[in-house]
Amino acid sequence: MREFDYRRAHDVTGAVALLAADPEARFLGGGTNLVDLMKAGVERPGRLVDVRELPLDRIEPTADGGLRIGATVTNSDLAAHPEVRRRYPALTQAVLAGASGQLRNMATIGGNLLQRTRCGYFSDVSSPCNKRVPGSGCPAMAGEHHNHAVLGASDHCVATHPSDMGVPLTAFDAQVAYESPDGPGEVPLTDLYLPVGDTPHRETTLPPGALITHIGLPAAPVAARSRYRKVRERASFAFAIGSVAAALDIEDGRVREARLALGAVASRPWRARAAESVLTGAPATGATFAAAADAELAAARPLPDNGYKVTLMRNLVVSVLTELAEGDLR
Amino acid sequence: MAPAPASTTSPITLHINDEKHHLSVDHRTTLLDALRERLDLTGTKKGCDQGQCGACTVLLDRRRVVSCLTLAVAAEGREITTIEGIADGDDLHPVQQAFLDLDGYQCGYCTPGQICSAIAVIEEHAAGWPSAVTDDVRPETPPLPLTPDEIRERMSGNLCRCGAYVSIVQAVARGAEAHEEARTAAVEEAAA
Repeated sequence: MREFDYRRAHDVTGAVALLAADPEARFLGGGTNLVDLMKAGVERPGRLVDVRELPLDRIEPTADGGLRIGATVTNSDLAAHPEVRRRYPALTQAVLAGASGQLRNMATIGGNLLQRTRCGYFSDVSSPCNKRVPGSGCPAMAGEHHNHAVLGASDHCVATHPSDMGVPLTAFDAQVAYESPDGPGEVPLTDLYLPVGDTPHRETTLPPGALITHIGLPAAPVAARSRYRKVRERASFAFAIGSVAAALDIEDGRVREARLALGAVASRPWRARAAESVLTGAPATGATFAAAADAELAAARPLPDNGYKVTLMRNLVVSVLTELAEGDLR
Repeated sequence: MAPAPASTTSPITLHINDEKHHLSVDHRTTLLDALRERLDLTGTKKGCDQGQCGACTVLLDRRRVVSCLTLAVAAEGREITTIEGIADGDDLHPVQQAFLDLDGYQCGYCTPGQICSAIAVIEEHAAGWPSAVTDDVRPETPPLPLTPDEIRERMSGNLCRCGAYVSIVQAVARGAEAHEEARTAAVEEAAA
C-alpha cells in the first residue's frame, strides 16, 4: 500500500478544503470498501480525509413528511431507525440484506452510494479494466460475467453497482445533497450515476471534490407498503445476483401508485420506470405484473453467461408485486 | 493557521480494554496489526484480512467491527474492546462460558471473533434491531425471540472453517439467555 497523509475533518467546509488541497486525496468514511481497495492497490490515495466525525450522523424528519439522513449515518443506524422501519420498510430490509453486522456498523450511507463495483477484473490490478485503466479493455465480456449487468451496460464495461441500499432509495426518489469547492448542490439519486458509454471510469455527476452530506427522502406514503427481496448464491453475507425494491398502492383492485427499482443488473440501482408506467392504473393482477416486468426487461442485453438474470428478474418482480398485492408486508 | 505538513505517520493514543496505549503508527497500519504486532494483544486473529471472515472482530464504542479494515489512526479516541477485555478478571463473560460449556469451536482460531460478535449480536437484538430474516421490520411489532435462524443470520459475518456452527448457534443462544437473566436480576435489584 502506498504511504498516505491522514487528516480528520471536523466540519464540512474543512473536509472539502482538505480534500481540495491534495489532488490524490480521498474521503474516508467507514473504510469497508476503500481500505480494502487500498490493500489491493486499486486505490492509491496520497491523503485520506476522515469524515466520520463530521456532524452528519443524524436522521431527521422533514417538514414535508420525509426524512433527511446524514451521510455518516451508519448502515446499522439507518436500518434500525424507527421512522425508516415505519415509513420505508424496504430500505431497512435492503440495508439488512447487505454485508455483515460488523460491516454495517462501520459503513456509511454516503460511502454506500459511492462504493465501487465488485467485478473481479476491477479489483485485480493485473487485469485490464476500462473502469480502472481507461482504454485497457474489458476481460469480462469474454470472461467471467455470470453476475454482470444486463441493463444499461456497454461494450466497454458490464460491471454492476453492488449496493442493496441504493435500490429502495432509487425507488423512493432519494435526493443526494453535497458540498463542493464551488458550494452546495443537490442531485436526484436517479441522476447521480453517469451512463456507462465509453467512459466507465467516470461514474457520477458529482462535481470534483464533492462530499455527499445528506440523503433526502421525500414523503412517500406508498413506501409504507414496500419490500425488498434479494437473490444471492448463499443465504447471507453475499452480494446480490438480482434484487427488487417495490411499493404498491392498490385501490379497488387497480394500482394507484407503484414504485419499482432493480439491483445487481446495471451500473447503478435501476429505476424501473417502464414497468411503473404499465402498472399505474392497471388491474393489480399477475398478468399486469408480468407485463410490467417484460416492459422493463425488453431493453435487457445479456451476455452468454448471464441470460438467466433476465428470467430471474422477471420472476422476482412478479413475485414481489404479487406478495405486496396480497398484503404480505414482509 | 498554516496547514500542517503532510505526514505518513502519527503519534496516537488508543483506548483498549480500559487502558491507554501511546504509540506511533504508519497510517497504513490497521487496528488489527496494531493490536497484534505492536501491542502484543494477539487474541484478535487475522484470517482473510479483507473483511470477509470476522476473525478480527473487536468492539469499537461497544459495536462490533472488523479490525482488518479499520485503520489504527482512525480508531484514536474510540473505546476499543478486544477478547482480552471481555472477562471480568478471572470470571468469564457468560458468552465465553457458553462457548466453553457447549464446545462452540473446534480449532479455536475464529473463536475470539465469534465471541466478540456474539456479545454484540445479543445487545443488538436486545435493542430491538431487526435482521434480514425478521419477518416484519416495522417498529410496532413486538420483540422477536433470538431464534436459531436469527442467530445464524446475525452471525453470518463470522466464518468457522471447522464448521462448528451447530454448537456456535447453541452457545450464542445460551449466552443470550444468561444476558437476559442478568438483565432481569438487575431490574429486580433496582426495584427492591
